[in-house]
Amino acid sequence: MHSAGVDWTAIQTVVWTLLKIMALVVPLMLGVAYLTYAERKVIGWMQVRIGPNRVGFQGLLQPIADAVKLLMKEIIIPSGASKGLFILGPILAIAPALAAWAVIPFTGSLVLADINAGLLYVMAITSMGVYGVIIAGWASNSKYAFLGAMRSAAQIVSYEIAMGFALVGVLMAAQSLNLTDIVQGQSGGLHQWYLWPLFPLFIVYLISGVAETNRAPFDVAEGESEIVAGFHVEYSGMAFAVFFLAEYANMILIAALTTLMFLGGWLAPLPFLNDIPGLGWLLGDGILWWLLKTAFVLFLFLWFRATFPRYRYDQIMRLGWKVFIPITIVWIVVVGGMMQTPYGHLFH
Amino acid sequence: MTYTTAIFYFFAAILVFAGLRVITARNPVHAALYLVLAFFTAAGLWMLLEAEFLAIVLVLVYVGAVMVLFLFVVMMLDINLDRLREGFWTYLPLAGFVSVLLVIEMALILGGRHFGLDVMGVPDPHPADYSNTKELGRLLYTDYVYAFELAAVILLVAIVAAIALTLRRRKDSKYLDPAEQVKVKRNDRLRIIKMPAVKKPGAGEEGA
Repeated sequence: MHSAGVDWTAIQTVVWTLLKIMALVVPLMLGVAYLTYAERKVIGWMQVRIGPNRVGFQGLLQPIADAVKLLMKEIIIPSGASKGLFILGPILAIAPALAAWAVIPFTGSLVLADINAGLLYVMAITSMGVYGVIIAGWASNSKYAFLGAMRSAAQIVSYEIAMGFALVGVLMAAQSLNLTDIVQGQSGGLHQWYLWPLFPLFIVYLISGVAETNRAPFDVAEGESEIVAGFHVEYSGMAFAVFFLAEYANMILIAALTTLMFLGGWLAPLPFLNDIPGLGWLLGDGILWWLLKTAFVLFLFLWFRATFPRYRYDQIMRLGWKVFIPITIVWIVVVGGMMQTPYGHLFH
Repeated sequence: MTYTTAIFYFFAAILVFAGLRVITARNPVHAALYLVLAFFTAAGLWMLLEAEFLAIVLVLVYVGAVMVLFLFVVMMLDINLDRLREGFWTYLPLAGFVSVLLVIEMALILGGRHFGLDVMGVPDPHPADYSNTKELGRLLYTDYVYAFELAAVILLVAIVAAIALTLRRRKDSKYLDPAEQVKVKRNDRLRIIKMPAVKKPGAGEEGA
């Protein structure tokens, strides 16, 4: 039956991988859509408003309506823009935001690619997200867009260092770069999570994550009151929506990584939940806890946005370089030193 | 042709094209972006050579940080390409010398069997669970620790020197001291005074 030259197992692998990618990306996109809804609702409540409530029951179809609206709109390419790069910008913004999800484990066995340098891969891929912003800002041939791009480049490069150091602390504690191993290293209950021994790194990572995703109060790249909409001021329709998707996909990614590295991933906070007869499959270790913890971190993102005014640019730089980087370096030395003492087990 | 070979030629073709465009693109920003593409493709090739750690670090450091800063500068400069091209012929002999050297080096590697390079033998492929990162880290911090620390110190000196060379305080620019700003207490700036709410006689008509 096999015709010469056609490797059916290879084709099967490719098709199977594509299906798995679809199974990952489609729920992610739905998550993004309903994160925008959650954001508007949560901030609405915090500001004593109602939020979207017209389309569907309690406004639940609002994100769908928004998506349809954006799809129908015209994509305007400014006449002075560098056309190829103008279109490449949003693509380069969303591609890393989706590609990084390849190594994110949802449970002990549910992961697309269980590679042994998962943490490095995530760092490398997410560090490329800034190109979308820079290229969009430059290709737009607009001063506001360009200013937004420049701000974003400097900010992301600064906070990536603090973030990288925070991850070094995690990999020292877990002794592994594999995300599944990192979560398994936190098994045994709430008190075993890396949140406690690496508390300063957790705080630094969380805040740097907000800065990396250009979210308020670090949203100087958009800064609508100063530079209109920053790097995507010239974008319309779906091209703008792709930036939006990338920003929210990155938010969910940072929340998922925080969950995996500091909050025990899919592990139940109390080990006895696994042994409850009848409910152990639901309340024990599993994707439910992953979702709950990630949703909690995402809620923090929304909460920050509703609470804090935007940082001034020099304050952002000072926080990144003069506060976060020293904190992370000191704590890495503390962790490394403590591991050599009899109390080393507290840091594993 | 196996799957790996096909991937190799795919990456190699992109890499050569991107490398050519780096030197032929008229716009410096385009040239820098092609350099990003070249780095990324090179990382793909290194991945094929089982140098996973180096491949990922190449993307992380060069694509994720160095080239971002590079683009940052290139985008802000107003580079006149024609002026840059004026020196083309004067630099040609030096460039020619460098490229001849490069060609000789490549010939030595590619035609290695004529120079006894095949004595080394091809390294065995590693199993999937082989951790490139761990091996590299172990070697760097044991066998090559002096060289590694020396390189680190040299880089540190370079950083300090670069900052010292460019650090200058202009007298006419204004600075904020964030520490001073944080220290400010309400009482330093604001004084709340009590004023009795008395109506001046005859002030009622002024508002209208």
